[in-house]
Amino acid sequence: MKSLLAPGHRGCAGCCDAMAAKFTLMAAGEDCIVVSPTGCLEVMTTPYPESAWEVPWIHSLFENTAAVASGIEAGLNALGKKKNTKVIAIGGDGATIDIGVRSISGAFERGHDFTYVCMDNEAYMNTGVQRSGATPYDASTTTSPAGRASFGNPRPKKNMPAIMAAHGSPYVATTSVAYPKDAIKKVRRAIETEGPTYVQIHAPCPTGWRFDSSKTVEVGRLAVETALWPMYEMVDGKIEAVKKIKNRKSVEEYLKMQGRFKHLFKKEGGDAEIKKIQEIADANAKQLGLDM
Amino acid sequence: MTAQEVDKKKMVVVEGSYAVAHSVKICKPNVISAYPITPQTHIVENLSQFIADGEMPDCEYHNVESEFSALSALVGASAVGARTYSATTSQGLELMHEVLFNVSGMRLPIVMTIINRAVSAPINIWNDHQDSISQRDTGWIQLYAEDTQEAADMTAQAHKIAEDKDVLLPVMICMDGYILSHVYEPVVLLEQDLVDEYLPGYAPVFVLDPKNPMTFGAFAAPSTYTEFRYLQEQAMGVALKKIEDAANKFNEIFGRYYGGLIDEYETEDAEIIIMAMGSIIGTIKDVIDARRSKGEKIGLLKVRSFRPFPVEATRKALKNAKVIVTLDKNISIGLNEGALCTETKACLHNTNIDAPVIGYTVGLGGRDIPIHTIENIIDQAKEVMSSGITVESQFTDLREDLI
Ligand SMILES: Cc1ncc(C[n+]2csc(CCOP(=O)(O)OP(=O)(O)O)c2C)c(N)n1
Ligand SMILES: [Mg+2]
Repeated sequence: MKSLLAPGHRGCAGCCDAMAAKFTLMAAGEDCIVVSPTGCLEVMTTPYPESAWEVPWIHSLFENTAAVASGIEAGLNALGKKKNTKVIAIGGDGATIDIGVRSISGAFERGHDFTYVCMDNEAYMNTGVQRSGATPYDASTTTSPAGRASFGNPRPKKNMPAIMAAHGSPYVATTSVAYPKDAIKKVRRAIETEGPTYVQIHAPCPTGWRFDSSKTVEVGRLAVETALWPMYEMVDGKIEAVKKIKNRKSVEEYLKMQGRFKHLFKKEGGDAEIKKIQEIADANAKQLGLDM
Repeated sequence: MTAQEVDKKKMVVVEGSYAVAHSVKICKPNVISAYPITPQTHIVENLSQFIADGEMPDCEYHNVESEFSALSALVGASAVGARTYSATTSQGLELMHEVLFNVSGMRLPIVMTIINRAVSAPINIWNDHQDSISQRDTGWIQLYAEDTQEAADMTAQAHKIAEDKDVLLPVMICMDGYILSHVYEPVVLLEQDLVDEYLPGYAPVFVLDPKNPMTFGAFAAPSTYTEFRYLQEQAMGVALKKIEDAANKFNEIFGRYYGGLIDEYETEDAEIIIMAMGSIIGTIKDVIDARRSKGEKIGLLKVRSFRPFPVEATRKALKNAKVIVTLDKNISIGLNEGALCTETKACLHNTNIDAPVIGYTVGLGGRDIPIHTIENIIDQAKEVMSSGITVESQFTDLREDLI
């Protein structure tokens, strides 16, 4: 499969966004138009006059990606140019789950035929690892730092896939850069499904999560194997398939690989916090029937 | 028969918003995206009805969830080569602020009607120009219409100017809320055959196309950013001529003309020249007619294009004036003057023209500007002519009981 994201872009070693974008393009092929919000992917792939994109690509602002995508679809339709051309939005968790919610909600409600891919690296990486609505419980970021009186981010992740499914999206899926085949398959299915579809790709960021850049896949797999990041597909709002887990691992294994959770292993009371995170994983496993 | 006589036969009495919506339809946009806000609503309602009645078969109407998305959607649509249109006002325009820069920076020739309205707080749905003037530096061409016919006709002119390959800048057509948007007046509705002759189809060179992939909206480092802005400024310079051309060509085909960048009324020998924009022009003309009959040398300079600002044309029109009066329906709080006042003073500085410029802030939040207000202003200008300037800029018709 030809990669339509050229090498030589300025992503960090082990960059998760580059992987997510590459897999998305592998699923999409050449006949597509891609929209990205402001964020790491945009910055690292398009320093004027260079571009790593070998498909037509547009960046407008941070919070309007879905609206721009909907306008592209409308424009192609009006001009009779839509045919098989796929319209794909690919943006970070901040752009999607926080500041872009109005725009994505409107575009999904209007029922445009496009696919929105969210690269979920669980914080605002481009601006220096500040927390987002997708930052997990107790992760230390630069705006939710662990400190003498804090264990880090005080809230669990926002359940964006459920929100998108509630919009009546015909296909919503979660996947991970650590499972390329799964990611490509799901993005392709999303693209092939008519209407507004949503795929959230879990994307461990070595720089932001503070782990070795050779470990992106390993960390990503552990998120799935602990049930902290469940992988599933929803068709017309109903869970159709989940990735089952054999011998679910303890969250500790996942947490201890990452600098953003380091304080949980040092600070008094950390044990109790880890237990709470384990409870989140257990609840995920129970709700989705993940255990084999 | 003269063009005016021909026009009279074709006139129908419609609401200003209907005349504009009709023009939009006749200009055949491919994508319209808008969000309702008083007093712009009648434009989008009329357009929605045209769509519902199958009168715009090649147009997609986007019912978005906000003005922010309305304009954002047009970014995408315009980038794939669609002719695009929106309409908004006041809070809606302010909400679009960030997107406005984005549109002009990407050189997308989007056309938008602004039904000028005051901004909140206090919330107020009536006319002034604070909304569009606040967007002065966003890189959009801004044209101000005097009456409903001009606003309707400007729609075709705006597309022509915006889409010119040497311009490629977005255009705001500004028309006064209620005073023009809701008034019923006889107008000539744009004819399809004439518009087809006047306005060619939009055929952009750069589009998002899988067969020839291009990158739009790349980020520019300090080593390249300045030149993007410089090229926008150059395009505004080109637009100065294209705005005139578009008005002249329109006159040729339709037989109607309202000025190009500016329009002059009795300025030839005028000692006092009043400058203004929008619907207030009509009132001023009436006052000037009365004063002229008494032998007073008063003239009017209508500024039709606020951006690009017609520096040369303004200097030329003002060169023999003894006193210049600017009327502004907007205020830069902290400077106590409106934008037209500031711009006019700036464009006269470094020239030989040293006539005093006196500014008046009028008609904020829809307050009526009666004839006697203009009369008073002219009387004050006459005093300045004889005894010199005392106050540079001031509010008019203040209610002392509320202060
Ligand atoms: C309106 C606005 N607010 C804030 C920013 C600053 N900003 C740029 S990118 C970014 C964070 C991006 O985070 P995310 O969407 O998660 O993408 P990532 O870089 O993590 O892949 C922020 C806060 C902006 N560009 N525009
Ligand atoms: Mg992120």
